Amino acid sequence: MDHAKSAARFAADEARTHWHDQALYSLRGKRDRAAATIPEWEQLRETAARVKEHTLSRLAEFLEEFERNARRNGIQVHWARDGEEHNAIVHGILARHGATRLVKSKSMLTEECHLNPYLEARGIEVVDTDLGERIVQLAHEPPSHIVVPAIHRKREEIGDLFHRTIGTEAGLSDPKVLTEAARQHLRQKFMAAQVGLSGVNFAIAETGGFVVVTNEGNADMGTSLPPVHIASMGVEKVIPRLKDLGVFLRLLARSATGQPVSSYTTHFHGPMRGGELHVVIVDNGRSQSLASEVFRRSLACIRCGACLNTCPVYRRSGGYSYSYLIPGPIGSVLGPQRDPAAHASLPFASSLCGSCSDVCPVKIDLHHELYAFRQVLVQKGLVPLRKRLAMAILGSVLSRPWAYRLAGRLLRWIVPRLPRWLAYGPWNAWGKQRELPPMPKESFRDLVRKEPP
Amino acid sequence: MNARDAILSALRRAAPPRVPLVDAAAGIVYPDPERQFAEVLASVGGKFVRVPDLAALNFELGKIEAYAQAKQVASLVPGAGIATVDLSAVKDPHELGALDFSIIPGEFGVAENGAIWIPGSTLGPHRAVFVVCQHLAIVVPAGQIVSNMQEAYARLVIERPGYGLFISGPSKTADIEQALVIGAHGARSCTVFVVG
Repeated sequence: MDHAKSAARFAADEARTHWHDQALYSLRGKRDRAAATIPEWEQLRETAARVKEHTLSRLAEFLEEFERNARRNGIQVHWARDGEEHNAIVHGILARHGATRLVKSKSMLTEECHLNPYLEARGIEVVDTDLGERIVQLAHEPPSHIVVPAIHRKREEIGDLFHRTIGTEAGLSDPKVLTEAARQHLRQKFMAAQVGLSGVNFAIAETGGFVVVTNEGNADMGTSLPPVHIASMGVEKVIPRLKDLGVFLRLLARSATGQPVSSYTTHFHGPMRGGELHVVIVDNGRSQSLASEVFRRSLACIRCGACLNTCPVYRRSGGYSYSYLIPGPIGSVLGPQRDPAAHASLPFASSLCGSCSDVCPVKIDLHHELYAFRQVLVQKGLVPLRKRLAMAILGSVLSRPWAYRLAGRLLRWIVPRLPRWLAYGPWNAWGKQRELPPMPKESFRDLVRKEPP
Repeated sequence: MNARDAILSALRRAAPPRVPLVDAAAGIVYPDPERQFAEVLASVGGKFVRVPDLAALNFELGKIEAYAQAKQVASLVPGAGIATVDLSAVKDPHELGALDFSIIPGEFGVAENGAIWIPGSTLGPHRAVFVVCQHLAIVVPAGQIVSNMQEAYARLVIERPGYGLFISGPSKTADIEQALVIGAHGARSCTVFVVG
C-alpha cells in the first residue's frame, strides 16, 4: 500500500492526527532535555557511530568471538539464515522441552520473522509481555512504533479492548487501573510459562554475553522464572567490548524516552541454575545490506525510535501507514532494502528535513539514505508512471534554457486564467492541501534586465 | 554449507574496509556524586535513604508501609530487615510468587542515572528475587557512587558464566498514552539505602 494513500486516511481525522503528533513530539522534547544534561552528548554520538562503523567492518570476526566466548559461558549458539530457519530453531527448542507456553519480551526481530503465527500454528501459546506489545497482540495488530507499540491507541480504546479480551470491567480508562489489570493478567502468564524469549539490545564479543533493557521488568520476569531462555538477535547487534556498553547505554534510553537509563539493564552471561540459555543469531538479509556502501550504515541502528518521534511525516501519518513493520525514517531505509517493490513508496515518506539524522544516537545519515533510495527506485523503474513522467518533463525543461524561459512565460499567462477545477485537478498533487502562489507578471530575468546597471 | 558458515562468509564478502576502533573520552564527573545519584533516583521514581548503620537502616525500613505490612520478606543483606522467607529452602522460583518485599545488596551506584549494579552471585539461589517481589530495597555501602556508565563499566566485573544487572528505580511503563505508571511487572517501589 502506498504511504501517501494510507497517510491520507490516517490524517482524515484531524483531531486524532494532532493528538498523535503531540504524543510523539513530547517524546522528542524529553529526548532533547535528557541529551542536554550530558555535556559530552555529541562526542558520545560520534564515538557510538565510530564503534559501530568499526564493528561493521569486522562483523564476522566479532560474531565468531562472541560465539566462542558465549559457548565457554555455557550458552548454546544457533545460526539462522532467514526468518524461517530462526522460527524452526525456536520451535525445535520448545518442542525438545515439550513446551506449549512461551512468554516473550520485546523483539522487533521476531516480528520481522513472523515468529508468533509460526508458533501458534504449531500449538504454542505465545504471550507478548511488554504492556504495549500485549495491547497490540490482543487487538491482533502489529506494533505501530518500535518503542511504544500502542502509541496509536487511546486509553478508552484500551479499556474496551481489555474488557473484551481479559475480562476487566467495562468502561475503564485510567492508565493506572489498566496497567494494574495487565500486571495481574500477565503475572499468571509468567508463572505458567515454560520458556521465555527475549530480544538482544547488545551482544558483547569480548565477554560472550548480551544485554536486554526494559522499563517494565518483563524480560527479567520472563527469563528468571522459566528455566529456559531463548534470545533472538540480528547479526548487527554485536559490539566489540564491554566498555562500549558505557557509550551505547548512555545514549539509548535518553534518545528513546528521555530517561537517563532504562529501569532494568540485564547482562546475561550464562544459563540460570539448572536451565538453558540459547542465542539465535539471524542474518535475514543483513549481509546483503552490509554489502551496500550507501545503506550499510542503517545496520548501526540501536532501535531507540528517536527518528520516529521527531519525524514530521511519521507523527502525522502513524505507524500503520508504513508498509514495513518498522515505520518512520529508519524503517523507510530498512524496508526497501528487504523488498524494494513492496516498499517503494517509503523513501518518499519524508520531507528530507534531516531531523532524523540530527537526533540519531549513532549518527545514521537517514535523510541522505532516503534520498539515495529514491534514486535507486527510479533506476529500478519502481516509481509510479505519473512521477516518472513529471520528472522526465521537468528534467528536459530545466536542462534547456530556452524551454525554461518559454515554459515560464506560458505558465505566467495561463495559470491565472485556468478555472479552479482545472488548476487543482487530480494531476496537481502539490495543490491538494496548498494554494498555488500568485503568478508574477514578470520573470526574474525580466526584472534584472530592467534594473539600471 | 551450514547456516553459520554461510552467514559468516557472506558477512566477510560484504565487509567494508576496516576502520579503527575508538574509545570514548571520559564522561561527566559530578562534584557530589551521591547528591546527583539521589536526585536522579528520585526523578526515576526511586527513593533515596542515607543511614549511618544497619540499626538506622532497620529503623527507616520499619517506616516503609509496604515493609511493615509485608507477609513474605526475603533479605540477602545480613542484618537488614527480618526475613520471613528462607530463599535457600525454596526449590523453584515460582514459589516466590507471593513475595512482598525483597532486600538485596548493591555493589555501587551510578550518579548520572540512579542505577545500581547488582552482581548475579549476590542474588542468592533465585535471581527472580529482585523482580518477582512487590517492593524492593537495595543496600549500597557509602562512598560507592561512580559518576557515569563509562566509569561503571571500567569498574564492574562480569561473572562468567553468570548474570548481573543495573536497576534504576521501580518497574514502570508509559505504554498507555504516555502516562507514567509505576509498577508494571516488577517491583512497585525501589528504596535505595546508602549505609555508612
